[in-house]
Amino acid sequence: MKQLAIISGKGGVGKTIITASLAYLAEKAVIVDCDVDAANLHLILNPNVLEKIPFKGRQKASIDRRLCIRCGKCVGVCRFGAISYEKSYLDQKSILINPFLCEGCGLCSYICPQGAIKLEEEVSGAIFISESRLGPLIYARLEPGEENSGKLVSLTKEKAKLLAEKINYNLLIIDSAAGIGCPVIASLIGVDCAIAITEPTPSGLHDVNRAIDLARHLNIQNIKLVINKYDLNIKMSERIEKYCKENNIELAGRIRFDRAVIKSIIEGKTLLECKDFKDKNEILNIWTIIQNNLQATQKICSL
Amino acid sequence: MIVSIASGKGGTGKTTVAVNLALAATSVEDDILFLDCDVEEPNAHIFLKPKIVEKSKVSRLVPSINKAKCTYCGKCIEVCRYHALAIISTVKSKKDRKILFFSHLCHSCAACIILCPQNAIEESKEEVGTIKQGLVGPIRFIGGILNTGQASSTPLIRQVKAKIKNEKLVIIDAPPGTSCPMVASVMGSDFCILVTEPTPFGLHDLILAIETVKKLHIPFGVIINRSDVGKDIVEDYCLKENIPLLMKIPFERRIATAYSKGRTIVNESLEYKRKFTALYEHIKEITK
Repeated sequence: MKQLAIISGKGGVGKTIITASLAYLAEKAVIVDCDVDAANLHLILNPNVLEKIPFKGRQKASIDRRLCIRCGKCVGVCRFGAISYEKSYLDQKSILINPFLCEGCGLCSYICPQGAIKLEEEVSGAIFISESRLGPLIYARLEPGEENSGKLVSLTKEKAKLLAEKINYNLLIIDSAAGIGCPVIASLIGVDCAIAITEPTPSGLHDVNRAIDLARHLNIQNIKLVINKYDLNIKMSERIEKYCKENNIELAGRIRFDRAVIKSIIEGKTLLECKDFKDKNEILNIWTIIQNNLQATQKICSL
Repeated sequence: MIVSIASGKGGTGKTTVAVNLALAATSVEDDILFLDCDVEEPNAHIFLKPKIVEKSKVSRLVPSINKAKCTYCGKCIEVCRYHALAIISTVKSKKDRKILFFSHLCHSCAACIILCPQNAIEESKEEVGTIKQGLVGPIRFIGGILNTGQASSTPLIRQVKAKIKNEKLVIIDAPPGTSCPMVASVMGSDFCILVTEPTPFGLHDLILAIETVKKLHIPFGVIINRSDVGKDIVEDYCLKENIPLLMKIPFERRIATAYSKGRTIVNESLEYKRKFTALYEHIKEITK
């Protein structure tokens, strides 16, 4: 099975809409939305959810006040500053755990001489297995303010792989999150080809460079770049093209700035389903490049 | 006063708002601290162009096992909730035993260090990134840059935020999303500006960001960027939910081009300079 990931570093450069458009062209592909903080693909694909799997990624310390003797040992050991003394209404100091700061390491529960602190596992998100007009879509949602998004991404990809094997599909198309942190790392592990999307702005180039560095750090050498809205600043686009040459990255395509893109998002359509979108051929070209590339690597593997 | 700028969805204009707000506020305040907490993809320096006066490496705590003291009892593996430690051994020889450490899974909680019955684990340091400090006129700039391959940005964000003293105004440029890096950045703010765009993506992610700041009990308002390119869905939502709409920035090729050249709006347009100054006065008023 092949894995294709769409990354960008910078947010809002067009990852999701381009992912959806490539998914439109792909046959026998399972589509995976790994932007678990802010999943958007389902807004375009409008799928039927077949199954919702709760995600238990969260473990938080909770304190039993009847057992607590306010010795403060837990306050001293917590490296996340999640435990503090708080004045209660009886003017007696009580101990409070801030659930937003707690990372669930459990050290306080080991240290507490009274056994007053326990770790509790809670549901902090969900994975959705769904069916859309473009094929199966697996996406996930992390509850706002929660942590462990990397783990949720890994599980989401795992579910997608299992489904693909079951129905005999041979490609995963992965829409990753912005940035270069744990959800992106989890999205990129095991990927055969990464498509980096950027825009001709200083931040676009700066951020895509960091995302590409990360992909290479994870041993992905097969990286292609797409410049979205390239005509907004031709000079900057030329700089990005030069960057591609210098860094041995294939430029897979250039898409013009087009107000029809916003229209297609509002209408819940991919760019290829949007009547007014001008650069349909460019998307087709990008897809051909990716397809040839994936087939070529297939041959090498089978040799 | 601490004002953070967040969004949920990426690329909506957080950095644009943060930078322009900071520059406009210089006409009112002379003690401003700007923090770039988007340490995965820091961009504010591209627009603020601060003169960097100090660079320092930032590290986090990781365990280092003293082989002479270790009895391979396995306590550290038992207590590590993140499965960052493992033991390997062969049946034949005890000499082959080894404790493995997986840095990318470690949360630096120190449980293994504190709970080791032999005191065989020591604190050692792992570099996570860099903090740059600089100046732009009356603005003190501090930005974190995460090393490539580091999974967690929160230790670095915490250290960037530790630089806050008691400045009159602190502006925090937060990372996108709604999970730990965003929470670590906006926590403790007096006000949070949520920047979005008028598309279904923008609205969907704005609602998630609103849920997050509400959980954190931070007062907030919304700015709609490229406000004329989509529909009024975000504005309607704000009206319905009684959420203060702080500003609308229509799409102008002039603004987009200035951005793509690393220029700021307040330096390009007097009208926007006034608008951003008024925005700051407005936020000061609401948070009183």
